[in-house]
Amino acid sequence: MESIELAIKKHVLQNYLQGQDPNELTEVTPLITTGILDSMATLKLTLFLEEQFSISVEPQEVSEKYMNTIEKIAELVRSKNPSIS
Amino acid sequence: MLQHLLDEPVQHRGEHAAVIEGATSSNLTYDKLGQLSDRLRDRLLAIGVKRGDRVGLYLRKSADAVISIFGALKAGGAYVPVDPTGPAPRNAYIHNNCGVKAVIIEQKFLAAYQEEIGKLGPVPYLIVLDDVGGGVPLEEALDALDTQSQAAVQQTVISDPDDLAYILYTSGSTGTPKGVMLSHHNAMGFVDWCSQVFEPLTSDIFSSHAPFHFDLSILDIFVSLRHGASVVIIGEEVGKEPEGLARLISEQQISVWYSAPSTLSLLAQFGKIPEHDFSKLRMVLFAGEVMPIVHLRSFKSQVPAPRYFNLYGPTETNVCTWYEIPSTIPEDRVEPYPIGRTCSHLESLVVDPDGQPVNKGAEGELCISGSNVMQGYWGLPEQTARSFLPGEASGRRWYRTGDIVTELDDGIYRYIGRRDRMVKKRGYRVELGEIEVCLYRHPAIHEAAVVAVLNENSEVRINAHLSIRGSEHPSLIKLKTFCSQHLPVYMVPDRFIFHDALPKTSTDKIDYQTLTRKY
Repeated sequence: MESIELAIKKHVLQNYLQGQDPNELTEVTPLITTGILDSMATLKLTLFLEEQFSISVEPQEVSEKYMNTIEKIAELVRSKNPSIS
Repeated sequence: MLQHLLDEPVQHRGEHAAVIEGATSSNLTYDKLGQLSDRLRDRLLAIGVKRGDRVGLYLRKSADAVISIFGALKAGGAYVPVDPTGPAPRNAYIHNNCGVKAVIIEQKFLAAYQEEIGKLGPVPYLIVLDDVGGGVPLEEALDALDTQSQAAVQQTVISDPDDLAYILYTSGSTGTPKGVMLSHHNAMGFVDWCSQVFEPLTSDIFSSHAPFHFDLSILDIFVSLRHGASVVIIGEEVGKEPEGLARLISEQQISVWYSAPSTLSLLAQFGKIPEHDFSKLRMVLFAGEVMPIVHLRSFKSQVPAPRYFNLYGPTETNVCTWYEIPSTIPEDRVEPYPIGRTCSHLESLVVDPDGQPVNKGAEGELCISGSNVMQGYWGLPEQTARSFLPGEASGRRWYRTGDIVTELDDGIYRYIGRRDRMVKKRGYRVELGEIEVCLYRHPAIHEAAVVAVLNENSEVRINAHLSIRGSEHPSLIKLKTFCSQHLPVYMVPDRFIFHDALPKTSTDKIDYQTLTRKY
């Protein structure tokens, strides 16, 4: 199975950064504070994570604090489901 | 005046919760709100704040911020809130622009703010809070200052009705935000009207969803507290998250909800409303943009009991027309509801491009006169003059809203669109020109034209059309990052579309019509 980071990266690239050089989207690129993900996109990403990784994200976690970068999102996913790499 | 609205509830309902922070449920009683705002008044007066001075707020939404608002008003000052999630250079510009004498700021914003405001001029007196929450950090900051030198107890300053109460900065077409100056008279006209129409109860629990630099917050804060009710502060983060909001409405037993339509739309779609208890909700108010009928119908079918009101008005007038949504929305209705009739204490007029009244039923620009209408834009006399009809038709000042309407039967107005390049996105005012000015600062950008389009859900999307210098265009990530360093995040364009050269009209101007139509 692909890593959490890669799955998130693919989702963001495919849906919100079409045509973007994948190398520019790093694990620490801010997503919410730069407007790459707006509130609707953040919600859709959350739904994707819940489905993909069989986790449940709390409403207060759908925020800049926990989801501003791929690194933080992956950390959130791991905290919910330690069995995935 | 606004600062005296607290007097009666503090006297009679001292133990009652005035401000509840939604995230932690911590309560600030009227007693405490009264005491702490008195202490902040004394501190502000001790440092030399005088009647009419501006006091900046750089705080996240919290009890501390509400106390600060009243403290500033009690000292005779006008409060100037900025968006704590916005870029520091923009916020520093705002406070420098109106020459704030003192600023109440959180530690976490301090370093960037000091650096930015220092570039523009003298740094104002800073009252620094370690954090916000329940009024505790503000109390600690005041304690610490008192240890250094005790602030003498003073009287609350009596303001003149024409003294400024607050300045709310909105997007400006010339590239910098402009400050809308509202007096106590303006604010009280609006608050009195709300009291009369909505008849709040002491048992009501109001939501405070809008940020404090947004004019919806005037109703949330002052109408609720004047009536001895409670107001639930919804922080910047929860405010965007529909399921969290639904839970909060239920847990805090909110009875009066007020937000931009986009928040209701999100709640209707993602809030899982049936899993929550909305039974205390008795009024739902929305304002700031057009509410798509499909989302209104969906929300209302899930929450049928409350009364629903569509409120309309720019920051310059606050609410100036209103419309109560009928109890049933017909299945075949696709058109949004009208913005309604003029508030009873205001006058309205529809004019043609020459400023002459149109015949009833014809399209024209809505103009408003009466107590709500702002004094003007801070430091911008020409822009202020342009925003009013020339002369004083029938002895009145008529503010030109820029909104094109038609009058239906019985003085009810239907909103048609804008006459200029301002759009509303998620309830926020966005001047497309301000985004263009930002884009032109980017060294690689040769031409920039920003247009607003509606997506398939009738939501506003902002497209930036660009032509660039050189052959390789900056990446989307770089452009979004660049914009977010200069603009609030809601103004960052959703799409960037690159052209070899932007399309031009026969007079060699950028052809905005083509850009809007074709993309």
